[in-house]
Order: sequence, then C-alpha cells, then structure tokens
Amino acid sequence: MTQQSTPVQAQDQAQAPRHEIGREVMIELQQVNKWFGEFHVLKDINLQVRRGERVVVCGPSGSGKSTMIRCINRLEEHQKGHIMVDGVELSNDVKNVEQIRREVGMVFQSFNLFPHLTVLENLTLAPIWVRKVPKREAEQTAMQLLERVKIPEQANKYPGQLSGGQQQRVAIARSLCMKPKIMLFDEPTSALDPEMIKEVLDVMVQLAEDGMTMVCVTHEMGFARTVADTMIFMDMGEIVETAPPVEFFSQPKSDRTRLFLSQILRH
Amino acid sequence: MAEIAHGGPAATPMRPPAIEIGVAGWVRKNLFNGVWNSLLTIVAGYVLLTTVPGLLDWAIFRAVWSADTSAPCKVEGAGACWAFIADKHRLIFFGTYPYVEQWRPLLATGILLVLIVGSCDRRFWNRSLMIYWAVGLVLVAVLMWGGVFGLTYVSNLDWGGLPLTLIMAVVGCVFAFPIGLVLALGRRSHMPIIRWLSVSYIELIRGVPLITVLITASVIFPLFLPAGVSIDKLLRAQVGLILFEAAYIAEIVRGGLQAVPRGQHEAADSLGLSFFQKQRKIVLPQALRMVIPPLVGNFIGLFKSTTLVIVIGLFDLLNSAKAALTDLNWRGFSIELYIFTAAIYFIFCYSMSKYSQALERDLNKGTRR
Repeated sequence: MTQQSTPVQAQDQAQAPRHEIGREVMIELQQVNKWFGEFHVLKDINLQVRRGERVVVCGPSGSGKSTMIRCINRLEEHQKGHIMVDGVELSNDVKNVEQIRREVGMVFQSFNLFPHLTVLENLTLAPIWVRKVPKREAEQTAMQLLERVKIPEQANKYPGQLSGGQQQRVAIARSLCMKPKIMLFDEPTSALDPEMIKEVLDVMVQLAEDGMTMVCVTHEMGFARTVADTMIFMDMGEIVETAPPVEFFSQPKSDRTRLFLSQILRH
Repeated sequence: MAEIAHGGPAATPMRPPAIEIGVAGWVRKNLFNGVWNSLLTIVAGYVLLTTVPGLLDWAIFRAVWSADTSAPCKVEGAGACWAFIADKHRLIFFGTYPYVEQWRPLLATGILLVLIVGSCDRRFWNRSLMIYWAVGLVLVAVLMWGGVFGLTYVSNLDWGGLPLTLIMAVVGCVFAFPIGLVLALGRRSHMPIIRWLSVSYIELIRGVPLITVLITASVIFPLFLPAGVSIDKLLRAQVGLILFEAAYIAEIVRGGLQAVPRGQHEAADSLGLSFFQKQRKIVLPQALRMVIPPLVGNFIGLFKSTTLVIVIGLFDLLNSAKAALTDLNWRGFSIELYIFTAAIYFIFCYSMSKYSQALERDLNKGTRR
C-alpha cells in the first residue's frame, strides 16, 4: 500500500485532530434526486455534515460526486428532495441562493481564476462587492491569506503567469477571502502536475486543522486518510458507503467499494 | 524527477546562421522566399515603378497650390488643382453653416476630437471621464445650436460637413453601444419574454438596410405622429442610426459573451456575486476585449454610414464636398475633391483601426501566458 509513504501522510497524520466536530448540522441533504434529461444522476442522496466535519467523497468518474457537491451551492439545481445549508433551504429564491453562496466557498478542478484581474484583485473582488468590505481592509485580508497559502510575492501578477499549483492556491485563498463557513473542493488536484499536488494538499490539510467544515471530492487517498472524519463512496448516483476512514480503508462493507479501492490503490 | 529536468550545465547559446539576419537575410526571407514570392515581388515592383512617379508628378510637382480662379489649373500640363480645395475648404468642412459663425463648428469639432483622443488613454478610464463627456457634449450642443449666451440660433438643418459627420458618429457610438450590450445580454437571458423581444428586435433590424431605416425615420415615422407634433429631422436620423447600429453591436457582443468559459460564470456565482456584478466585473470585461476588432470595425462602418443621411437632406462631410462641385467657377476638379475627402475619412478610420490594435495588445499584456 503505497499511500502509506506519501509525504502528506507521513507529515500530518498525527497532527490532524478529529475531535472538533460540533453538533450543529451545516449541510443536510434529504432524499435529493437529480436528472440530466433522462439520465438519473443523483438517486435519493442523504447526507449530513456537521460543523467542523471533513467529508471526503470518492467514487468512479460519472458517479455523481461532482454533481452532488455542486448542488450544495446550487451551481446545479436538484429536482427532488431538500437541501439545507447553514439553516437556509435552497430553493428558487435568488436571495436564499446568494446568501448561501456567500457562506460556502468553492474550489474548482480548473481553478477558474479571473484572467483579466491580478491575483490581488481576484481575491478582493467579492469581499468588496458582495460583503461591502472597504478596499484597504479587503487587501489586508487578501495579503494575509496569500501568506497563508505561501505566495504573497505573486499578488500583482496575473493568473496566466502562475503555475497550476500556484493558481489553485490563489483559488483557495480567493474563496477564503469571503470568510466562508463551509468549503467545497471539486477535484482540486486533478488538473495539476504531480509535483504541484503536494503544495495544494498542504494548504488543504492546514485548512482542515483550523477546523473548517469541508466537503472534498478527490482521489488523493493519502489526503483522505489524513484529514477525513467521514469517507463517502459514490457509484451510479448513489451513496454506497459512509464510514470513518480507518474502517473505510481496512474493512469496506460493500463489494463495489472494495473493487474501487483495489483499483485506485493498486499501483 | 527534478534532476532529470534540470540536470547538467546548459548548452551555450549560439548565434543564428548569417543567412537569417542582416539586410540580405531580410530581403531573402521576405521578398525572394521561393519562386512564387519572387515572381510577386517583381510584378509588384514593376507596377509601383510605372504608377508612383506619375502620381507624385501630378499630385505634387505639377500641382497648383494657390490661385484665386480656376485659370491656372486649366493651363496645359497643370497637375492637381489643390487651389480649388483651398478656396472651398470652409464649404467642405462646415457645409451650409452661416459663414461668419463657422468658428463655432470649428470649436465644437475641436472639443469632440479632444474628447475622443483623451478617451483613448486608459489612465482616464474612470467615472470623471463620463462627466467630461457629458459637459463636452453639452458644450458642443450649445456651440452648434446657439440661441444662448448671445450666440445666434442656427437650425440643425444648416449644420453640415465634418462636425455633422463627427456628431452623428460619436453620438451614434455612445448610445448604440449600451443599447447593444443590453440587447446582447437580453438575447442570452433565461427569461423567455426578454429573450424573445431581443431576438426579434435584432433580427428585424438586421434584415433591413440602413437606408430603409433612415427613410422610415424621416418619411414614414412622422405620418404616425399626431398633427402639430414634429420631431426634429436630425434627431430622427440620429435615432435611426443608433437603433440600427445597436442590433449589430448586440450580435458582436454576444459572440464575446459566448466565448467566456462557463467556469468563469460558476466561479463568480460561487463567490456570491449578483447577476449584474458578475456581468460587469467578470463577464463583460473578458467578452469585450475579445471583440475589440469586430467592434471597432463596426464603429468604422458607422462613421462611414453617416454619409447616407443625404437621403433625408442633411449635408455631412461628403455631401458638403459635393456641394462645392456645383460652383460654376470651378468646374471639373472632382478628382481632387474626392481624393481630399477620401483622405479625411481615411485619417479617421485608419486611426481607429490602429488604436484598436494598440488597445488589444495593451489589454492582453500580462494576461497572456
């Protein structure tokens, strides 16, 4: 099992405390169903994420895991069931949607930085326009966050001038600038060259240690073991298995989980 | 891995082979690069040699630069009669505007040019620029119409020449652009009524030639007005021009909007930006810089289209120039006149084109990898 020796694992396993989970439910999905045309992507999804909980979602491609987390901030609309985020129900009410999006940060596979703005402008745009923070204050916060993701010296460059790993760290900082209560990660390292994956995972581990409520779709199993409180395995639009990581990796209950794990952990 | 990528000292850089550089290298690479190019170079060289000297001789060396009558121009062997232009320049530039008051359109043209040139500099792209434009346009209106501050009133039926062309083009751009933006956004709206209205408007206008819109505005539209109400002829033409251009601008902008990746919308949404904040801060800045070339092409077209206002009896630059041809003392110098007028149009259109190239380069600085 090679994931035992990944750097993230070795360095952080002992330091990722798992006792800060609050009782308050931050995200709740009840019987959520979604179709793309005739195709049934999400089937009766039930999920609860509590304050400070770190959930890692894995599963084969096309299993609906990205669609599920994109439903949480309504980048996708669900057609049946209920989604509550921080006590607010997602509905067609634009005000509710905007309120939830302010509280939920999202990091994308393809970074989606704004190419016509500098790094600093990428970070301060939403705080200034959505949260109405004064410009100077927004810039101070942005610089602190750039320090935290270890690239303060890139503040005045444009995204196109940065490496993939640096861009993804800027994207994480951009979400954090809105002081979100929840962070969603949609395969944040899948578009990165191997040598850049660690720098992004390090930032995410740090974030987890600071007690952020996180839902990550990822195939980085080393990262999952280190930070996850709960592992979720999805296949064919269903949640097949939910378990703490130790149990999930050592005694998976479902055959489908076992097959998936054997495939991604084999090499 | 890193050792493999960067291992060992780098090879010392070498100069390119001599055949690639220097004058001879340039000539070989650009003019005689293969049989076909060599042939083209020789043919083009021959054409230039046979035409340019004669043209220069006519336009400069044998030209008549100043004369009070057309007699010196009619002498055997005389070249271009620029004296005609010199004699008629005020008619060409200002049309039928009262002769003694022509300092007013001159000043108005100056104000417009300063505003346009000033707006080209990105350092001035802020809120105060809009105030300058508002003040500038009011000044232009006061100067052209008069009737206040002791200026005599001049009806806009007497406006003409370059100021009229510039006013029609500038006001046309200033108003058609925002309307075009709204139409482009409307055409992509999720609300069926808004989308349907935008599509119908755009397709209706694009299906009709500009000259028809202008005639409709000047002849047909007044028939629907109640008796006693009349809307100014120039205003009608201007509104017709704006409504016409807006449809084309809308389609150009829509092309840019479609080229902005979906991820940009999603990122803006996920940060909680409202629809208008997203369009203004994220989508439009990216969409518009992609469509600078066609947009400027459209503005150049608009500048030249203003000349169609002749059909409703307004005298823009080209038509004022034609009026100069009717003077019996100066018959037969239409070539000079058209060359001169073409040169003025060319200066404006070429500057716009050059500016758009510079702007494109400037805006892409840094954002390109």
